[in-house]
Amino acid sequence: MLKQIEGSRAVAEAVAMCRPQVICAYPITPQTHIVEALGAMVKKGELNAQFLNVESEFAAMSAVIGAEAAGARAYTATASQGLLYMSEAVYNAAGLGLPVVMTVANRAIGAPVNIWNDHSDAMSQRDAGWIQLYAETNQEAADLHIQAFRIAEELSTPVMVCMDGFLLTHASERVDLPGQAEVDAFLPPCEPRQLLDPDDPVSIGAMVGPEAFTEVRYLAFERMRQALEVIPAVEADFGAQFGRGSGGLVKLYRTDDADLIVVALGSVLGTVKDAIDELRDDGMRAGALGITTFRPFPAQAMRDALGDDDRLRRLVVLERSLAPGAGGVVTADIRTALAAGDSGPRHAIVRTVVAGLGGRPVTRDSLCRMLASAERGELPAFSFLDLDMGLVAGELTRIRATRRSGPSAENILRDLVGRA
Amino acid sequence: MFQVRFHGRGGQGVVTAAELLASAAFREDRHAQAFPSFGSERMGAPVTSFCRIGDKPIRTHEPVSEPDALLIQDPTLLHQADLFAGLRPDGYVLLNSARGFSELGLGDFAARHRGDRLLVVPATNLALTHLGRPLPGAPMLGGFAALTGAEDLIGLDAVLAAITDRFAGEVAAGNAAAARAAFDFVTGQLEAVTQHA
Repeated sequence: MLKQIEGSRAVAEAVAMCRPQVICAYPITPQTHIVEALGAMVKKGELNAQFLNVESEFAAMSAVIGAEAAGARAYTATASQGLLYMSEAVYNAAGLGLPVVMTVANRAIGAPVNIWNDHSDAMSQRDAGWIQLYAETNQEAADLHIQAFRIAEELSTPVMVCMDGFLLTHASERVDLPGQAEVDAFLPPCEPRQLLDPDDPVSIGAMVGPEAFTEVRYLAFERMRQALEVIPAVEADFGAQFGRGSGGLVKLYRTDDADLIVVALGSVLGTVKDAIDELRDDGMRAGALGITTFRPFPAQAMRDALGDDDRLRRLVVLERSLAPGAGGVVTADIRTALAAGDSGPRHAIVRTVVAGLGGRPVTRDSLCRMLASAERGELPAFSFLDLDMGLVAGELTRIRATRRSGPSAENILRDLVGRA
Repeated sequence: MFQVRFHGRGGQGVVTAAELLASAAFREDRHAQAFPSFGSERMGAPVTSFCRIGDKPIRTHEPVSEPDALLIQDPTLLHQADLFAGLRPDGYVLLNSARGFSELGLGDFAARHRGDRLLVVPATNLALTHLGRPLPGAPMLGGFAALTGAEDLIGLDAVLAAITDRFAGEVAAGNAAAARAAFDFVTGQLEAVTQHA
């Protein structure tokens, strides 16, 4: 049913139709609306689930782990510092092979405190052993949650559905939400691979020493390899049943004759597509590759999508997070993927652009300017979109001039006020 | 694509108003996107929200920097922030006030702007009369439907349907009555402006 609906509400309705039996909630902006809506449904009796208000994110993930070990379909959501706070348990959920589904409403990580959107939170957990899916639109966010439960339970591997905080969670957009019977037909009841049952006791979470730890970890690697097959299969099933494309590994936009391709994750792809249309009107052959599945990293799918053609000369990777001391998280995986295979565009120059940190808008105008400079060969290997170099220079000067230069964030804020 | 920016204060329903406009547009089979300015909102603090309406899916997620219309829910913001930043030439402006532009210190601006695109509506007063609470969102939207009538953007019926879908009982009825009264008020103002011209 087509609705004009807030992204968080759409996700809550999609999750509810997946019939979670346990929902753990601890509030953190910008995720809160999702679990609030689910809590209201449980209270009204519309959703038959245990709704646990827990004392922290660490408790939220721990309770979800317990519920999954007891055979329940369990769900939670978090963001930013909340994801960091539960990090130890995040690794445990994956290590134990429990098919948790969690929404991450992507938000920056402090300090400085910042409630706005970027991908720093989810990227910090990229090697936790979870499948990570990134939604481009609220339609896709809703659809990905329905797919996530199936993927997670088929593989006994947790899935993190990442949706941009505020940009998606707080945006009212048109979303086609399926009916309960359709979701039931797509998502069978959870059949756990392992189960804590008093009548048939097993232990889960034993200590494993050097004699077998590598082998257990290898299985995590193997599950991710299988995920590269399961995710497209679930995407195909979903498409066949619901009649729209959502999910999968990667997606392409106007790449057929492109000599420049932008690689991005999440909602910024929408603005990227608008920029590409504008640049194409000006005669530039630009396209985009969206990464829907970031973990496992779809190296082969990406190489296949980009093709062997030497026409592709430039890849511009938009990073919504920063790896200080290294550069871009996504770029590193793309370089590895391009180097690993004997297919794919071998001669493409890769450029990294860090954009939209802590909620700075990524505008079509800025993207067009940046991509035009990439086309002219003027974009450096690593750069920041719309960086205010004047502000940075002021603080660098202060640091050089004075030992006790003070806290940089506050200095920069004061400089900004002084400018106005 | 038609882009609207809302200005008001926390607690005045600025975000709800943008969502209601998107919902009304959806009812007229248009694509719409509404979202708040993202911040730690609190009662009384300046709040901005946005709404885009178009005939194709709306893909961008950047804030509206060049609005086709401004809905200013709180006139006390006029001298605190540059509310008119980026407004398209001859864009639509609807201001919640029982006073005129000259009284509000906007005489020069009003003299330069198209008269049929720059109007005031006493939205808070209408809300107090019909709803009993100083929430100007619904009457602003009723006024907006009248102000942009020539654009064939959004009808009063769609606004009223969005309101009754969002609220229930007396709250819905009060908001709808305020929106209708604002629609009539702005329609009357427009007729006066047109006759004067």
